[in-house]
Amino acid sequence: MAKATPSRAQVWWHQGLPVAVVLLAVLLLWYLAAWVLNAPGAIERVLDADVGYTWQELFTATMSMERPLMPAPHQVVLDFYESLTEWPLDSPRNLLYHVAVTGESTLLGFAMGTALGLVLSVLIVHSRTLDRALLPWIVASQTVPVLAIAPIVLVILGSLGFSGVAPKAVIAMYLCFFPVTVAMVQGLRSPQKIETEMMHTYAASRWQALWLLRLPAALPFLFPALRVGVAAGLVGAMVAELPTGAQAGLGAKLLTGSYYGQTVQIWSALVMSAFLGLALTAMVAAVERVVLRHRGGV
Amino acid sequence: MTHLEVPSSPTAPVQTGRKAVQVRNASVVYQTADTPVQALSNIDLDIAEGEFVSLIGPSGCGKTTLMRVIADLEPISAGQVLVNGVSPHDARMARSYGYVFQAPALFPWRTVLANVTLPLQIQGKGRAEAKAIAQEHLERVGLKGFEGKYPWQLSGGMQQRVSIARALSFEPRILMMDEPFGALDEITRDRLNEQLQQLWQRERRTVVFVTHSIAEAVYLSTKIVVMSPRPGRIVKVIDSPLPDERFLDLRDTPAFMALAHEVREALADGHHG
Repeated sequence: MAKATPSRAQVWWHQGLPVAVVLLAVLLLWYLAAWVLNAPGAIERVLDADVGYTWQELFTATMSMERPLMPAPHQVVLDFYESLTEWPLDSPRNLLYHVAVTGESTLLGFAMGTALGLVLSVLIVHSRTLDRALLPWIVASQTVPVLAIAPIVLVILGSLGFSGVAPKAVIAMYLCFFPVTVAMVQGLRSPQKIETEMMHTYAASRWQALWLLRLPAALPFLFPALRVGVAAGLVGAMVAELPTGAQAGLGAKLLTGSYYGQTVQIWSALVMSAFLGLALTAMVAAVERVVLRHRGGV
Repeated sequence: MTHLEVPSSPTAPVQTGRKAVQVRNASVVYQTADTPVQALSNIDLDIAEGEFVSLIGPSGCGKTTLMRVIADLEPISAGQVLVNGVSPHDARMARSYGYVFQAPALFPWRTVLANVTLPLQIQGKGRAEAKAIAQEHLERVGLKGFEGKYPWQLSGGMQQRVSIARALSFEPRILMMDEPFGALDEITRDRLNEQLQQLWQRERRTVVFVTHSIAEAVYLSTKIVVMSPRPGRIVKVIDSPLPDERFLDLRDTPAFMALAHEVREALADGHHG
């Protein structure tokens, strides 16, 4: 243990230092941008040109405007903190409330998209006809902008009686299934000839070959696709919130923020959605580490 | 054409045992873009039960193709092949043979034990029964204690021994091996040859063995089938005069050397013929 401690500290130093340097640089640039972008507004609205003002007064004014063009980092942090601490979890003023709404449709859409991707890839790998028939449409589906698809899906599903989380999950699914399908088609085809021939000599059925060889062999291909898919699903879920009248969710929060010019709110919702995206991909990565923990070496 | 040392005719009983493999006038032709390639031409071969038969020859002589035909991994263009008296397809569906490939082809997501139970699992054996059988076979190839390891934790020689245990786990009547030790260093190869020989001594299972090493073929086999390329054909079938009981020292005896010489001559004849 005595030996492990300094090495762990070294690891932290080596991994943490670059991250810290980049974070510092970003913060500096952010402050600089806030100052430059907010200065004209501050001069016009806050400071009195007739009386005159010092550089210091200008700087202070740009850092604490109510509706800045570019909020300073500390304003965002403060708004973020206040929304989490000063409002109950079920209040729309609490960002975690919106995280729950968006997270729910993202996860549901992610689960549906993964399932759809798995089914499609198995069909494509096992049938040459389906390979030719489905793959062009799957690729084409992703060239249609999700912003155009979302209102149509919402209206149609709404008229069928689906409202709330279901339509949003469908749009998240629409973005999720594609990376999963493409990666799984490649993964299911990844076993080498010698391995498929070996299953052949055991007189294994197609189903057994799929379950015992193709699926396990495809797992290393699946997880990177899931990481991409869950992030894409989050984008889909947030876009789906926009045409619904923006009642709840991080996307809705962004939209209401821009309606009312609440730039600080927009930015804290933005930061929150980035955190949500990071948390979701980290979750997938954690599952990946557990599932693939024994595949060392090779 | 000096190589026409015709292999035993179908009617003449070469061995008293039952036939494990019968190949009659079999040919394999590949259609390529310009000309058809004759991979195997008019092959006749009988393998009796309990024999250890090596197919030896230079690259492109069709030795692997011949074994793949017997194993139903490759179709024949003409002729007839019987394995245990039925077609290769029926023999494969009846799980009559275990096949050891050039590479171990172990699944990296399965432990050593789970790799050996794979064919048993496919055949629908119970979990406990499969485990017991696999443990016994791992012990037979000298890998007791490695059950819980993953393939990447084993050396190349150990991996190939796992694949032999896997091929034998369901007690097939025929064991087919396609240059199983080709990728291993010579020291490991010698040791595995010795173990394979002992395994055959104990069980007397029919073995079909593809190799391009004369020493390996002579050391292991009761019958050596010498093949030659363009078109792939059998030039000579040599029944080994060596005693069944064999040790590595045997390779320094005059009898061994004489047989190795005979194989080498046959290979040279085929090459020039």
